[in-house]
Amino acid sequence: MRPPKRLRRRVKSAVLLGLCATAVLITLLPLASILLECFVNGAGAITPAFFLQNPPPPCNPGPTTPCPVGGIQDALLGTLLLVVVASLIALPVGILGGIYLSEFQDRPLARPARFLADVMTGIPSIVIGVFVFGIFLFFAEQGWISSFSITSGYTGAVALAVIMIPVVARTCEEALRLVPVSIREASLALGIPRHRTILRIVLSAARGGVITGALLAVARAGGETAPLLLTAGFTTGAITGLSGWTPSLPVLIYYSAAGGYANTTQLAWGAALMLVLIMLLISVGARLALRNKFGGRTA
Amino acid sequence: MAEPPVGTGTDPLPATGPAEPAGATPSPSQGPDRRRSFTGVVDRFFGGLSTLAALVLIALPALLIVIITQASWRAIVRFGPGFVIGQFWVPSASPTSPITFGAAPFVAGTLETSVIAMLIGVPLSIGAAIFLAELAPDWLRAPVASVVDLLAAVPSVVFGLWGLYVLVPYMRSNVDPALVHYLGWTPLFASHAGSQSGVSVLTASIILAIMILPTISSVSREALRATPDSQREAALSLGATRWEATRLGPLAYARSGIFGAAILGLGRAMGETMAVTMTIGNSDNFATSLFDPGQTLSSKIAINFGNALPLEKSALIELGLILMGLSLLVNVAARLMLRSMTRMGGSAP
Repeated sequence: MRPPKRLRRRVKSAVLLGLCATAVLITLLPLASILLECFVNGAGAITPAFFLQNPPPPCNPGPTTPCPVGGIQDALLGTLLLVVVASLIALPVGILGGIYLSEFQDRPLARPARFLADVMTGIPSIVIGVFVFGIFLFFAEQGWISSFSITSGYTGAVALAVIMIPVVARTCEEALRLVPVSIREASLALGIPRHRTILRIVLSAARGGVITGALLAVARAGGETAPLLLTAGFTTGAITGLSGWTPSLPVLIYYSAAGGYANTTQLAWGAALMLVLIMLLISVGARLALRNKFGGRTA
Repeated sequence: MAEPPVGTGTDPLPATGPAEPAGATPSPSQGPDRRRSFTGVVDRFFGGLSTLAALVLIALPALLIVIITQASWRAIVRFGPGFVIGQFWVPSASPTSPITFGAAPFVAGTLETSVIAMLIGVPLSIGAAIFLAELAPDWLRAPVASVVDLLAAVPSVVFGLWGLYVLVPYMRSNVDPALVHYLGWTPLFASHAGSQSGVSVLTASIILAIMILPTISSVSREALRATPDSQREAALSLGATRWEATRLGPLAYARSGIFGAAILGLGRAMGETMAVTMTIGNSDNFATSLFDPGQTLSSKIAINFGNALPLEKSALIELGLILMGLSLLVNVAARLMLRSMTRMGGSAP
């Protein structure tokens, strides 16, 4: 009676553990396929002209008609501008918020702020897009801005900033918490004022983790499409600052992928390859920044 | 509300008085005194600044609710509660129908796609988490875990592009025909005329399943790793097989954490926009079969928003309001569940 039962248990164990290993392989498959397809389909589009032109009218190459692939010049510039402006808003607010959550955690606002920041990171980005559109719509209804500026790069940058703020705050908090209390106590005992202790000593000790959090937030914002679709708009023409419709790399991919035309499809793959490379670089960079004494592990 | 942080080794700092550090000896001269009070002012200013930032963190969700409600007010007043169960989306009046907007097909689409995504994604990600947390040798664990996490760094529009040009043709020529052949007799897998294009609720759900893998898997991995070794050892010492020890020890211990991770994944699946928009087929009809094209709340907003007139825009924002309500519900639930995890497994990294 006993041996067969024992055997059954062992077999069951081996089978289930084998399934777990298979699950890892299945998880890795899509990533491998996405990277491969981006390289195979997109590498051909990346020429010097790719960075110096804008998206062409969609067409399929005929025997005589030329059908250029075009490039991503202004969309790349647009993404850069949007992310820089969004970071200028989100990084100071987020890092100060993270400092509050970690260094003033005995104050009454800390718990609700932490909980709500966590909840905010889970709100879909398209809802954030709707939210920021609603803010600027309200401004326009009050007559504070022209109704033509509702869809603009500034609106898009604010949307990206709203997405970034809770992420930066929480990762910054986690990083600051890894700094031992004894360091703060030593600094305060030497008579160094509180703000200096936080800014010069704690923040600098947690540098790696804070930079990682900021980079991950930047990467997340740079890859966002849905909120920009609602707020920043898109144009295949030249970018005119952030006051008008502002093209961006993700939105370019979305519009170029539609329709199935040969040239814009290839443009979409090329742009996707660029975007994925940038994202992976930032992600890897962020992880490297963590190789630091008190660098925070981020969720 | 929130649990005091445990186990990070950082106790709250004692609140220092703004002007007088404890134990400072009063100085007879004027200089240090003035400097100290100046320091106090700067300290207060800095404290005020970070309080302001914390207020922003608190105000954002509140503002989110107020603004979205305000911007959709026009549609709320005009269509009332019937909006939620309305089945038709007619942005301009025609001889057969007046202007009307209804959210029902999109709510159904969102629930349908995210439930299927969970059915596919949750077992896979928990399996992967078990392997990476419990079984993998150390040299394999860290690299594979970071590669899985890289999947989360791929922008959703790239998933959409991949879905549209790689997954959709594959579904059309391989997966869909096979499913119709074996399961076509069930209504869920019924093949309708013209529903063999590969863009469908099923394709969108599979993409969603892939996209929630890294979220669920990394959070469950943390939960599993937080299990004390004594739990595993106790089961093993009683003669349990490796699987039994995993089930009795870490899996039981991390139950609420894994559940929270799954709900976090559900929240992500419900709100995901671009990849779904590009692969679901964008049809406003109810999808009765998994091979039918459909539409979710988020994809409807993304598709229609650009060209909508004010009333339709207001209705689309009301779709956003519904989506926000759903995801707030799910996220608060997930956070509460994950908090009970940190309470239990607080002593682990």
